[in-house]
Amino acid sequence: MNVAAMQLKTPTLQSDALVVKGVSHSFGERAALKDVSLEVLRGSFVVLLGLNGAGKSTLFSLITRLYDNVSGEISILGHDVRRRPTAALQRLGVVFQSRTLDSDLSLMQNLEYHAALHGLSGRDARARCRNALERVGLLDRADAKVRALSGGQARRVEIARSLLHRPTLLLLDEPTVGLDIGSREGVMTIVRSLVEREGMGVLWATHLIDEITATDRIVLLHQGVVLYSGSVSGFIAAAAADDVRTAFRKMTGSPGAAVNGDME
Amino acid sequence: MTSTATANDVLLKAEPPLAAIGFSGYLACFRGIVWREVLRFLHQRERFLSALVRPLVWLFIFAAGFRQVLGVSIIPPYQSYVLYETFVTPGLVGMILLFNAMQSSLSMVYDRETGAMRTLLVSPFPRSFLLLSKIIGGVAVAMLQAYVFLFVAYFWEIEPGAPAIALPFGLAIPHPFAGYITVAPALFVSGVMLGALALFMSSVIKQLENFAGVMNFVIFPMFFASSALYPLWRIKESSPLLYEICRLNPFTYVVELIRFGFYGQIDWFSLAVVIGCSVLFLSAAIYAYNPSKGLIGRRGGPGGGA
Repeated sequence: MNVAAMQLKTPTLQSDALVVKGVSHSFGERAALKDVSLEVLRGSFVVLLGLNGAGKSTLFSLITRLYDNVSGEISILGHDVRRRPTAALQRLGVVFQSRTLDSDLSLMQNLEYHAALHGLSGRDARARCRNALERVGLLDRADAKVRALSGGQARRVEIARSLLHRPTLLLLDEPTVGLDIGSREGVMTIVRSLVEREGMGVLWATHLIDEITATDRIVLLHQGVVLYSGSVSGFIAAAAADDVRTAFRKMTGSPGAAVNGDME
Repeated sequence: MTSTATANDVLLKAEPPLAAIGFSGYLACFRGIVWREVLRFLHQRERFLSALVRPLVWLFIFAAGFRQVLGVSIIPPYQSYVLYETFVTPGLVGMILLFNAMQSSLSMVYDRETGAMRTLLVSPFPRSFLLLSKIIGGVAVAMLQAYVFLFVAYFWEIEPGAPAIALPFGLAIPHPFAGYITVAPALFVSGVMLGALALFMSSVIKQLENFAGVMNFVIFPMFFASSALYPLWRIKESSPLLYEICRLNPFTYVVELIRFGFYGQIDWFSLAVVIGCSVLFLSAAIYAYNPSKGLIGRRGGPGGGA
């Protein structure tokens, strides 16, 4: 009976996939985030724009509950990450910047492991793994070892991995770092279609300007502070600039930053 | 915060159904974590080989030479004079568990650097459950290695001394094989203790390179200052100080627990120490990985920072 009541309370129609409100975080003396607020609506593509060291990874660590936020609130579909971590993490998919696949194991073995981490097993798990591989166009490589994949293909498997439990919110931490132009396009197309077709909320962290399209929303993070949050046109207007690139330069005061191909 | 209408125009589907998190979910998660450890181990042939060769070198070379030097008197659980090879086998099995635990701690530091640890921790199951599953996965791999070692040792005429186990319907597990079964619980709890210690260490070690330090400051002292190679009474004769150190070393009790296990007996004091240390190390590891209190958040790792 309790379970049924809880399910009724689940905010299925709430449009906020992610809400971050007044979050600050510091490591010792150094403040990594200062009073950061942002939201990701369901069915929206939000670019978290910032240079290296702006605090993007710290924010991701807090949202994924690697460590707890000491101030402010973070909630995923209305579930507070700190108070109800299970409910929040069940609705969250993450693509980390670093590789998370076992290179000696096959694609299927990797995905089945990650399905198990969400409590899925047996026929259902295998069907989901195949389905996820199909969505990223790698079903024919299901039994290949991860070692044999190209960088772009491995990224697509990482995305397939993050979709197994059908999350409503997807976080991606610099997902195109180290990829060539063709692979980057492929990854972007897949993620954008998730937003359009399935109403997923996406938070895409990057320092590459040319990954932004006109319909996206931008959150500009600089030295731990949110400098701007809103539409792309508003971003350009706010900086009194002609395009996103000059607007970014003006706001962060960094002359040569964030041009295409500026990879780590 | 400005909010545009564009996002709301998208048709909002009902939230997709969530995966089960009940008992079957826990079971699936546990099985998945253990299976991954085993699969990874089976794919690393060099690791398997070195894990097997190390104790065999000790057994075939060290023990064969030492046999003439060191007489082992009759101490429990032995009821007659035993060859040095027989005496040292439980210590070498302990060594397998020890090396394996430290190696899995190494792989956790590595996982932490690559992000595999983060995908584990982003699972919706309680973190303590995830970490314990990971430890048990390591124990499964270690026990696999221990039994392969014992299998080879069997042909070197090293047999456990447990009496036959009677089964229903008049069946029985005969003498040398019964010991392989009675030692299994001892291997399991010992593996959990060492795995928990290694897990705690993995949260404290900052970088992969520090593993050489782990070898020098953890594995070797733990192994040599224990009852693995010599009986404690012999150590007491030559150095009372070393004897006291051995008695404070939890690895001594791992070895004794395994030694008695081979003879179908339980050394209750050793069992109590091993279980006590398991609880202690496990609590420390879970504390270290706790998101609000733990050491990770304070330092900014794994892979975290700005």
